[in-house]
Amino acid sequence: MAAASSSVVVVGAGHAGGQVAVSLREQGYRGSITVVGAEPVAPYQRPPLTKAYLAGKTDVEGLLMQKESYYEDNDIELVLDDPVAVIDRAARVVVLSSGRTLVFGDLVLATGATPRTLPGTLSLRTIADTDAVRARLDGPSRVVVIGAGFIGLEFAAVAREQGHDVTVVEALPRAMARAVTAFTSAHVVAEHEKTGVRVLLGTQVKAVRTGAVELADGTVLLADLVVAGIGVVPNAELAAGAGLTVGDGIVVDAHLRTDDPSIYAIGDCARFSSTRTGGRIRLESVQNATDQATCVAASIMGSAEPYTGLPWFWSEQHAVKLQIAGLVDGHDHTVVTGDPDGGRFSVFCFRGDRLLGVESVNKPADYMLARRLLSAGGTVSPAVVAAPGFDLRTYLQGGAAAA
Amino acid sequence: MAKITYIQTDGTSTIVDVKDGDSVMRGAKLNGVPGIVAECGGGASCGTCHVYVDKDNTRPLSTMHAVEDELLYCTASPRLDNSRLSCQIPVSDDVDGLVVHVPEKQI
Ligand SMILES: Cc1cc2nc3c(=O)[nH]c(=O)nc-3n(C[C@H](O)[C@H](O)[C@H](O)COP(=O)(O)OP(=O)(O)OC[C@H]3O[C@@H](n4cnc5c(N)ncnc54)[C@H](O)[C@@H]3O)c2cc1C
Ligand code: FES
Repeated sequence: MAAASSSVVVVGAGHAGGQVAVSLREQGYRGSITVVGAEPVAPYQRPPLTKAYLAGKTDVEGLLMQKESYYEDNDIELVLDDPVAVIDRAARVVVLSSGRTLVFGDLVLATGATPRTLPGTLSLRTIADTDAVRARLDGPSRVVVIGAGFIGLEFAAVAREQGHDVTVVEALPRAMARAVTAFTSAHVVAEHEKTGVRVLLGTQVKAVRTGAVELADGTVLLADLVVAGIGVVPNAELAAGAGLTVGDGIVVDAHLRTDDPSIYAIGDCARFSSTRTGGRIRLESVQNATDQATCVAASIMGSAEPYTGLPWFWSEQHAVKLQIAGLVDGHDHTVVTGDPDGGRFSVFCFRGDRLLGVESVNKPADYMLARRLLSAGGTVSPAVVAAPGFDLRTYLQGGAAAA
Repeated sequence: MAKITYIQTDGTSTIVDVKDGDSVMRGAKLNGVPGIVAECGGGASCGTCHVYVDKDNTRPLSTMHAVEDELLYCTASPRLDNSRLSCQIPVSDDVDGLVVHVPEKQI
C-alpha cells in the first residue's frame, strides 16, 4: 500500500466535499485536511431544500451534515466563504480568493454545479436561493415553474401545498424525461394535476417579463414568481484553468482521478468512467456524491479499487415517494408490478433480459431489495417479474438472486 | 434532551445528548456515531438507520408504522423482535437513557 500524503485539500464544502473529510478521518487518515467552500455554511444536505426546508419543516441546523463542533473535534479545517481562485499544479498549492495559499499533497475537486439561469427567474440550489424563493411566497402568489425536472416539480408540489396557484411549463413532451420511465412520468404528472397544479408539457417559453411568462403560442401566464429548474452546468472552470481535461464536467477515470494523479474530482462536477454503464457519465445525486467521496478517501489511503457504486435516487412530490435503484436510461422494456391506481407500484426496467433498474412509487421495500440485487450484480428476468403474483421479497427469499 | 447510548458490535459505546424532537438517527449522525448510515435523511425510505433496541428497555417508544414494518423486512442485518428504524424514534425526556445496538451492516 502506498503511503498516504500528509495533506489533503478539498475544494467545495458541499455534499461530496464534506463527505471526503469525514471518510478520511473514519478511515484513519492522520494528515491535515482542509475543506474550502464558497458558501458561508458548513456542508449541508440540498435535497430538503425543495422538500422539508421549503415547507418550513426544518431549519438550517437541520440541514447540516455534521454538527458545528465535528470539524474542530476531528481536526478538519473548514474555510468558508472564500472560494478557491487558482490551482497552481506546479507549486502544488491552491490560492483562495482572500489570497491565502494552501499546499496540497492530494487535491479533491468537489465544486458541484451551477443552475442554468433565465433572466427574470429564480433558481434553487443553495440555502440562500431557497430563502429568496421562500420570501416571495409569503402571500398568495401565482407561480410559474419553468422545467418539469425533479427540482421544478418538487418545488411546484410544496408551493401548491401552501395554497399558491402553480403552473409548470416543460418544453419536452414528458416530465423528468432524462431520469424516469414514461409510465412514472405520467403517474407523477397526474398526481400534480390532481392537486391543482397545471402542467403544460411540450410547451416552449418565449419570454419572461415582469409579472408574466409568455409562451411560444402567444399565451401569457401572469406570474408573481417565476422559478427555473432547467438543469445545471458543472463547475469545471477551475480545473480547466489548471490545464485539466474538462467537457461537461471534469473528466476523471474509473478511480476518479484527473489527468494529474494527485487531483481527483467527485460529485456533480465529475464526468467519470463508469464500470457499470461503460463510457463516461456524470450524475447529480447524493448517492454519487457520497459514494465517490468514500472511494476517493480510500484511494488517498492507498486503495487501488475503482469506483463501482450503484446509482440510486429519490424524490418526493405530493403523495409520491419515488425511489430509483440503478439507472433506467437505455431500457427497452418495462414491467409494472403492484397497484398503480392505488399509487403504490414498481417499474422494472430491462434492456433485453437484463434488469437495469427499478423505479418504486411508495414501495420502499421493492426499492431496497432491488438495490441489493443490482449492487450484487444480480438480475431477474422480465418473464419472472411479469408472472402473476410476483413479489420481489418472496422471489429473493427463494434464493433465486444469482446473476 | 435525552442521553442516548449507541453500542457497536465490538462493544464500544457512545453516549450522546440528543435534542427533543431530533430522532435517534439524527443524534447518531450529528455526533459521528458510526454504523448509522441513514441515506434518506430520515424519510423512512432507505432502511439504513436500523438499530436493535436494548432488550431491557422499558421506555415508551413511538409506535411502528406500516412503512417502517415493511422496510424492516429488507434490512441488511436480520430483523429481530427489537429492530427499529432509528429515524422513526423521536427523542424526548421520556426516552432519556435509551440504549440501542448498531447492527453489523446497513447496506
Ligand atoms: C434543491 C435540490 C434538491 C435535490 N434533491 C435531491 C434528491 O432528492 N436526491 C438526490 O439524490 N439528490 C438531490 N439533489 C442533488 C444533490 O444535492 C447533489 O447531487 C449533491 O449536492 C452534489 O454534491 P456535490 O458536493 O457534488 O455538490 P454541491 O453539494 O453543490 O457542493 C459543491 C460546493 O462547492 C462550492 N464551490 C464551487 N466552486 C468552488 C470553489 N472554486 N471554491 C470553493 N468552493 C466552491 C459550491 O459553492 C458548493 O457549496 C438535489 C439538489 C438540489 C439543488
Ligand atoms: S434514515 Fe432512511 S429509513 Fe431511516
